[in-house]
Amino acid sequence: MTKQQANWSPYDNNGGSCVAIAGADYCVIAADTRMSTGYNILTREYSKICKLADKCVMASSGFQADVKALQKQLAARHLIYQHQHNKQMSCPAMAQLLSNTLYYKRFFPYYSFNVLGGLDNEGKGCVFTYDAVGSYEKVGYSSQGYGSTLIMPFLDNQLKSPSPLLLPVQDAVTPLVEAEAVDLVKTVFASASERDIYTGDKLEIVVVNAAGIRREYMELRKD
Amino acid sequence: MFRNQYDTDVTTWSPAGRLFQVEYAMEAVKQGSAAIGLRSKTHIVLGCVNKANSELSSHQKKIFKVDDHIGVAIAGLTADGRVLSRYMRNECINYSFTYESPLPVGRLVVQLADKAQVCTQRSWKRPYGVGLLVAGLDESGAHLYYNCPSGNYFEYQAFAIGSRSQAAKTYLERRFENFADSSWDDLVKDALMAIRETLQGETLKSSICTVAVVGVGEPFHILDQETVQQMIDAFEVVGEQEGSAAEPDAAAGQEAAAEQGAAAADQGGSTDECVAPMDI
Repeated sequence: MTKQQANWSPYDNNGGSCVAIAGADYCVIAADTRMSTGYNILTREYSKICKLADKCVMASSGFQADVKALQKQLAARHLIYQHQHNKQMSCPAMAQLLSNTLYYKRFFPYYSFNVLGGLDNEGKGCVFTYDAVGSYEKVGYSSQGYGSTLIMPFLDNQLKSPSPLLLPVQDAVTPLVEAEAVDLVKTVFASASERDIYTGDKLEIVVVNAAGIRREYMELRKD
Repeated sequence: MFRNQYDTDVTTWSPAGRLFQVEYAMEAVKQGSAAIGLRSKTHIVLGCVNKANSELSSHQKKIFKVDDHIGVAIAGLTADGRVLSRYMRNECINYSFTYESPLPVGRLVVQLADKAQVCTQRSWKRPYGVGLLVAGLDESGAHLYYNCPSGNYFEYQAFAIGSRSQAAKTYLERRFENFADSSWDDLVKDALMAIRETLQGETLKSSICTVAVVGVGEPFHILDQETVQQMIDAFEVVGEQEGSAAEPDAAAGQEAAAEQGAAAADQGGSTDECVAPMDI
């Protein structure tokens, strides 16, 4: 007597890839705009990036319905925070909130693979990377999604982040200039689009720095 | 007021059909420092007097942002006001979350009123001792409501609550017909002048009052002290001229509202010419 398997899943994977890179005084967050299901494309122009606070941006790949619900939850909690504290949430605070929100649904998780990027209280770039149930770590750069298997090794090679286990504690942020980091992101996505079928169409790049938040786009392969 | 044998419980009627505890709660509102509100077709301005207990302490917060499109000014027990503001904020957030659109002001005030009514019909509760001027903008336009401890609510073109609010109300009654088409500047000026009426002789300074605005294309925000002081300075100069000219109008023009309206509009026009351009 074999165990009966479910004939329906509450989850789906809408594909895509996300990347974030932290610099000395900026943070680059990027994601492609393709939304797919199975071998089909649902739309070529869907944004996976969401501004959570003044200096805090999140990119998520995975099941976009869960991602949307997660973004709404965080936005509502941020509003409450602003009413209570009369200021915006800092990126590290939002990082903890995201982790708690994800773990809250430990036994029916948000199928959402997130990277959080922004500036910390001192204006330095920071990137936090998550799994679906809220385990997170502050890193210098990260990628999530279908393309991350292709992207991450390349970023490891280029950005060579020191191990957080070393003493003395070394800065994880890249010494690259903002323009160089944006260029790197474009290169990385162009490469990922070549081999990953779920990544392509258009690249959305968001840059957070002292001047505010800026957005730019780049065309990617449509196939 | 007057003590009697029917005022111990909120659940006890008096033979005359009154609930004294509710009326006493409304007294608490009258004892609080003044708050005023006025609206045009596109904007609503809330103002309040901030009286600190002593020179050493800060003043109490009486104007709260509830959402981008709604704000509230309170008079009475500020603690009750704070709690109700938190409730209003929650309702707005939950509505936005579910319907992805801002909570219509009319709905919010009904919910507030129902909440206040509950406290007038439970023996283990007491009525909220705070009056709320709710200013909000929604699809049906600009609104100003007054919610009182009794659970009633009313919509107003302009209103004032709290101590010495009658002076402000008199001022607003003279001018309210022009408010619908007032500019941002004129509306804020009228609010400041109404606040000044409640001070009864004391100098109007930006340190003792707070002004907040919400309008089309303008989320609810409290004006900073410099802006308020600039506006006060600008009209203080012409304040005397207008004040002396307004007196005979108020006395004589009780009959035709149109006449009053025209006279006030004339003064409003001349004031505009005299006033220096201000940066908002």
